[in-house]
Amino acid sequence: MSILVGRDTRLVVQGITGREGEFHTRAAIAYGTKVVAGTRPGKGGQTAIDGTVPIFDTVAEAVKQAGANTSVIYIPAGGAPDAVLEAVDAGIKTIVCITEGIPALDMIPVVEAVRRAGARLIGPNCPGVTSPGRAKVGIIPASIHKPGRVGVVSRSGTLTYEAVQAMTDAGLGQSSCVGIGGDPIIGTTFLDVLMLFRDDPETDAIVMIGEIGGSAEEEAAAFAAEHLKGVPMAAFIAGRTAPPGRRMGHAGAIISGGTGTAAEKIAALEAAGVRVADSPTQLPRLLLEAGYRA
Amino acid sequence: MKIQEADAKSLLLAQGLPVPAWEVARNPDEVMAAAQRFFNSGAGRVVIKAQVLVGGRGKAGGVKLASTPDEAREVGSRILGMDIKGITVRKVLVGAAAEIVKEYYLGAIVDRASRRIVLMASAEGGVEIEEVARQNPGAIQRASADPEMGLLAFQARGLGLAIGLRDPLLNEFVAIAQGLFATMKANDADLVEVNPLAVVAETGSDGKLRQRLVCLDAKVTLDDSALARHRGLDALRDLDEEDPTDAQARKLGINFIHLDGTIGCMVNGAGLAMTTMDLVKHFGGEPANFLDVGGGARHETVCGAMQLILADPKVKAILVNIFGGITRGDEVAAGLIEARALQSRKVPMVVRIVGTNAAEAARLLEEAKFETAASLDEAAEKAVALAKGAAR
Repeated sequence: MSILVGRDTRLVVQGITGREGEFHTRAAIAYGTKVVAGTRPGKGGQTAIDGTVPIFDTVAEAVKQAGANTSVIYIPAGGAPDAVLEAVDAGIKTIVCITEGIPALDMIPVVEAVRRAGARLIGPNCPGVTSPGRAKVGIIPASIHKPGRVGVVSRSGTLTYEAVQAMTDAGLGQSSCVGIGGDPIIGTTFLDVLMLFRDDPETDAIVMIGEIGGSAEEEAAAFAAEHLKGVPMAAFIAGRTAPPGRRMGHAGAIISGGTGTAAEKIAALEAAGVRVADSPTQLPRLLLEAGYRA
Repeated sequence: MKIQEADAKSLLLAQGLPVPAWEVARNPDEVMAAAQRFFNSGAGRVVIKAQVLVGGRGKAGGVKLASTPDEAREVGSRILGMDIKGITVRKVLVGAAAEIVKEYYLGAIVDRASRRIVLMASAEGGVEIEEVARQNPGAIQRASADPEMGLLAFQARGLGLAIGLRDPLLNEFVAIAQGLFATMKANDADLVEVNPLAVVAETGSDGKLRQRLVCLDAKVTLDDSALARHRGLDALRDLDEEDPTDAQARKLGINFIHLDGTIGCMVNGAGLAMTTMDLVKHFGGEPANFLDVGGGARHETVCGAMQLILADPKVKAILVNIFGGITRGDEVAAGLIEARALQSRKVPMVVRIVGTNAAEAARLLEEAKFETAASLDEAAEKAVALAKGAAR
């Protein structure tokens, strides 16, 4: 088992013929991910990736003819919201949107449509999900992973890689690594992923990577305090020294009633029994201190 | 992107919101002439407000009243050129001073938690809303707009009632709240704030005193990701207040924030860039900047970003930290080599490139004799040592 993606994943790549789409599809296939289709409107009937992946005009055809059940989106910001809605309409239940730079207001109705369809959107502006040894959907480099039983969830892209690398270097493998994305409007939150990890029989410990702004880390901490007692957890929060007011929006600070600084997030996590690292490289040691044994 | 009060007011006016007339003046003579026009049309006093993109201008002395055109000129000459939180005031807004009966707060934001546009209102207007949120969070009322249908009239009415408004001001409030929502949508704003939304007393043409709600101040920030589809809005960017490096960074498509330290940082990803800064501080150094080259940066972007870092004379050492996912290590290495060929000033540098195409990057860097580091902690520690060595 693992969460979100795994051996049962049959992936359709929306935007398979683009520079990023093609590059990362090759890496996904090399990792063993079942890539069953790609889409590129107007190029249906052709093939991609040296003739190994059939191209369809629509996601609906990829579902019908190739049995796709998961989608990954490498389409520029202007077309990405539509790509998510097309995947929802085709009945795809797990949609990973890598695209960055989508206007926040475009995502509000999209996230709502995804929710109403009972589907799950990861991202946008995220690195994707890897379940080591099973499937890799997105842009997280394959080489940093090792199969195991630690669940990793992160709001940040490259910082996720840093944390995963540190885990692997210390011999701690991962069940699934999920990058939820750093945009204001995202489909899946820390809380959602923590629930999935809680219910996954093959995840025994959790690493969470947060950053300043918003209150998602505090909500996750509250959940952990109540529902993840006895699960070894370690976290890292980026932005301890970030200048106030520059990155963290005025509005974010208001809605969370004054929360949003690294210090507040760290305090909330520590109060929930989560160990918080000073550097991502300390995460494996903190997990071991929390009682985790690989 | 932040825009000036006067521009924010224009956006509100375009949605039909009640905004009292104003003029923008750039020198004391223009202030006097504008004030004269407001006095001619019946104003008892005028207000002169510094146009700067930072909060707290009232406390800093950037908002003043005047009773005559001469006084307006004198007040204008004091505010223009004033320094507010490091920003020189280059223009002021002039308008008739309102007779304020009561002040409310009304704002619309993109709310991360509910993933909707949320309107917030409070009867405690005219003060910083963060302060209200901290001291009396119960005084802030919220309504979250439907993702498809928007802010419905009954929701706006509920907000107005909750902050104590009654007929006839309640109906005015509903129109204003829906207008704020419309302003948000029409311009892809992240934030639209009216503080104060004021009840003002006015003498009508029939000589009778009446009260109405008006937007006395306006603050709008625009979603940078959506500017491309609002050609007109990009012209509202205040280039006077923009650091020249900000403009260059924007052209390169990178995220750059200038800081006061000596260690220039180039990183991919905002989270990792903040972490790199945190670790530089942890090891006793001071970062000179926050720089996220973004996902999938090409060599020319890397080269341009490096020149931006080098343009800061305080930079004594440079730390490059790239964990490639969508970014390819060899592209970054090629950009660094390109930048060094163009470089006139010698600054020690430590480079760490891992992830996608790291092996190719390592080969390029070794051939070009760059100093490298394997781990994030090692890279930060080395950069701090290099900066201290250079300072000696």
